[in-house]
Amino acid sequence: MELLNIQQIEKYYGSKSSLTKAIDDLSFTVEEGEFVAIMGASGSGKTTLLNCISTIDRVTAGHIFLEGTDITTLKGKALNKFRREKLGFIFQDFNLLDTLTAYENISLALSIQKKPAKEIAAAVKQVSDQLGITDVLEKYPYQMSGGQKQRVASARAIVTDPRLVLADEPTGALDSKSAKMLLERFRYLNQECGATIMMVTHDSFTASYAGRVLFIKDGKIFHELTRGDDSRKQFFDRIIDVVTLLGGDVSDAL
Amino acid sequence: MLFRLSLSNIRRSLRDYAIYFFTLIIGVSVFYVFNAIGTQAAMLRMSESQYQIIRLLESLLSGMSVFVAGVLALLIVYASRFLMKRRNREFALYMTLGMSKAKISAILLLETLIIGIGSLGVGLVLGIGLSQLSSALVANLFEADMSAYRFSVSGEAIGKTILYFAVMYLIVMLFNSVVVTKMKLITLMQSGKKSEQIKLKNPVLCIVIFLIAAAILGYAYYQIGYNPNAIDSPALFMVYTGMAFVGTFLVFWSVSGMMLRILKAAKGIYHRGLNCFTFRQISSKVNTMVFSMTIICMMMLITICTLSSAFSIRNSLNRNLKTYCAADCELSLLQVSIDENGEETYVAADLSEVPGLDLTGIIGDSVQLSTYFDPGLTMETALGIYAAEAKELYPMLFYDNQEEIIRVSDYNALSRLYGREELTVESDEYILLCDYPNQRALFDTALASGSTERTIFGRTLHARYDKCQDGFVDLCAQAINMGIFVVADDVVDADSAYLTRLIGNYTGETAEEKEAQEKELLARIEQAQNDLNAAHPDEYYLGAETKIQLYESAVGLGAVVTFLGLYIGIVFLIACGAILALKELSESVDSIGRYEMLRKIGAEESAINGSLFVQTGIFFLLPLLLGALHSVFGMKFATYILNEMGTERVGASILSTVLMILVIYGGYFLVTYLCGKGIIKGRS
Repeated sequence: MELLNIQQIEKYYGSKSSLTKAIDDLSFTVEEGEFVAIMGASGSGKTTLLNCISTIDRVTAGHIFLEGTDITTLKGKALNKFRREKLGFIFQDFNLLDTLTAYENISLALSIQKKPAKEIAAAVKQVSDQLGITDVLEKYPYQMSGGQKQRVASARAIVTDPRLVLADEPTGALDSKSAKMLLERFRYLNQECGATIMMVTHDSFTASYAGRVLFIKDGKIFHELTRGDDSRKQFFDRIIDVVTLLGGDVSDAL
Repeated sequence: MLFRLSLSNIRRSLRDYAIYFFTLIIGVSVFYVFNAIGTQAAMLRMSESQYQIIRLLESLLSGMSVFVAGVLALLIVYASRFLMKRRNREFALYMTLGMSKAKISAILLLETLIIGIGSLGVGLVLGIGLSQLSSALVANLFEADMSAYRFSVSGEAIGKTILYFAVMYLIVMLFNSVVVTKMKLITLMQSGKKSEQIKLKNPVLCIVIFLIAAAILGYAYYQIGYNPNAIDSPALFMVYTGMAFVGTFLVFWSVSGMMLRILKAAKGIYHRGLNCFTFRQISSKVNTMVFSMTIICMMMLITICTLSSAFSIRNSLNRNLKTYCAADCELSLLQVSIDENGEETYVAADLSEVPGLDLTGIIGDSVQLSTYFDPGLTMETALGIYAAEAKELYPMLFYDNQEEIIRVSDYNALSRLYGREELTVESDEYILLCDYPNQRALFDTALASGSTERTIFGRTLHARYDKCQDGFVDLCAQAINMGIFVVADDVVDADSAYLTRLIGNYTGETAEEKEAQEKELLARIEQAQNDLNAAHPDEYYLGAETKIQLYESAVGLGAVVTFLGLYIGIVFLIACGAILALKELSESVDSIGRYEMLRKIGAEESAINGSLFVQTGIFFLLPLLLGALHSVFGMKFATYILNEMGTERVGASILSTVLMILVIYGGYFLVTYLCGKGIIKGRS
């Protein structure tokens, strides 16, 4: 089933005299239960795209439909409600609240939705089991490793059972071991729990965990790869080939 | 270049720390207003004695200004140190770009200079405006005529304000330079990457400390509020105040450690909406502000007590005058003769027979009376069998003082003049009149402790009432009658007269007529005294007390305490508000990322603002609440000390104080909240 439908969106920055097209007539769809990676060099517009989908930023033209609702027309409270209930976010720099424990960071996402305390405890327990962070729940962010922090952030993103999880360079601040562990978890969430994940990255290794990779250059879709029945290693090699073709500063990525 | 850098730095911090500059401006203007009161009052039509009170007020205020300047200097140094700390990354950037420490110092120097000149300029303009209003207050307090008033500026006050604040800013510059020379690049660079460390205090230790704090406060409260008699030296009072300070510190220390645990235990509340975030924020703020909170709490205590006492003194003074000053004037005559042993004895005198003192045409209704001394009736014997115990309890009282005695017919004649109730007393009875609260309590205890029989002029009399009765003879501004025995006329030995008084009203009807007559009367008395001195040296002592004089000095005293109270109160409230506001706003700046995060995970804007409101509110409320609790006992003590002034209806004064706090402290709260809201608002 089609979950996300992006129709010819455009995003311009600047004034008429010096116009920057961050996104230039971009369209694609994401099916429910998919794990999509979006790749591109710095300045290719991939983060802008994510910001537009996540309603943090507004498109200049075009429409974005999530489950048939046009989110580009949402405003104020409806926008917050949409963000709260339909989306889950994972950021490069974790964005955990440093004054709260891991447990509280996760539960906050639920208490904002005004869920009762009992339900919160059960949900946090379940999600922390899935992500293997039960033993750090009472710790503060500064007491955790980067990998643990990112898994706590992921737990916070999925604990509300969102329709779509958006991840912005989730492995960007992690060492390779932690990154691998996190991506394994993403795959688990995607395949075993049925979460739909859309991930922005410039790292081919990270992208190779996805089922489909969209390459963006200068605000346009440049290429698209589907994993199909390939092993992760084979898929990774195919991604590298495209990245080489793309050239520029992504070519030196892993 | 440096100048442009300084200017842009100020402009940037002006946005987030407007409240600091606002405080500086208010500080300057308050300083000017209170120092300009003398000049402002000169515009008003006042009597000579009122001018003297204004002189007194001026010198008191200028003395107080030194203290106020000290408080403001501490506040400014605190604030600038605080703002300096927040700029470590900026200094690090300057240093990595190769700027010398001397240059950085120069930038800071320029900044302080610009801020100083700016705040002084704006503050003085505001102060000059406000001081026109303060003239209205002076006129109101002194009940003076404002018709001759015109806009005025006090050059002296301007000079003084500039001098004091220049010194303060100079201190800040020195301070900043010292800080700059001690800066190390590596610590500056790392200061930005702080990760908040949440140190949880040991809960058992917190509870123990809290109990100790409660015990210390309880003891200090008891001593100050319920046992004020025992505080016989300022040193002891300071000890109890010190205990309150330590107790307050420990309360904040332990509460900041326990608060979160207690709130966390209430899971239903803790995990509702943004509560867990809100509570964490408050807890970390209180944790880092224990000492400042303590200082603020104690300043609140002083503010509340000073303001309430000042208002209460003024209210009581004005009300008491109406009761205790029921006639226009009182003349007194003491005639002393030296007996063969060279001892002074008093002679019964007659005011109407004083040569050269003609009262006709000036005084209409009047009563002449004498009071008498029985050498055997001193305060000690007047206390009867209770005397021994009283001496033990209150050793510093004068037990040898003679008690005054008055004939009931004289007293009743006076009562008719005053419009008070008359008394009856049988020939074997006496009535003790006393209205000075502490003395009255002493006499009441004496009368209640068994025997009420007293020997007066060789006759044994017993008390008609087993309590002191309200009443007084002399004109006065408040209840200060320390005790007069009213006895039947035949008991008194006419030869033992002590002081003769003539109490009466002027014949004049209007205030102007009365004033003219009073002038004439005082002149005649002075003339008569001079004549008497020439004819009979050291024999006659004439005195006069008038309603107008009493009124003016009472009104003056009321005005003096009101101004002193307001000065201290306003400055302290500003200081408290500014410290809390600075901390709260810098926290908001530090937390921008956190609020941004909350927004990203879908928290409503109203919930975020609500969280900020609760944080700011509790932060401002905590020291106020504890300070208010302190004040309950502080006011008990103040009421005890100020008994003499009359401190009934303290409630109304406390209400005025609450209003002042609401306006200034509440204003700071509101501005802080609104600025904070602006700071955390999404930058997108």
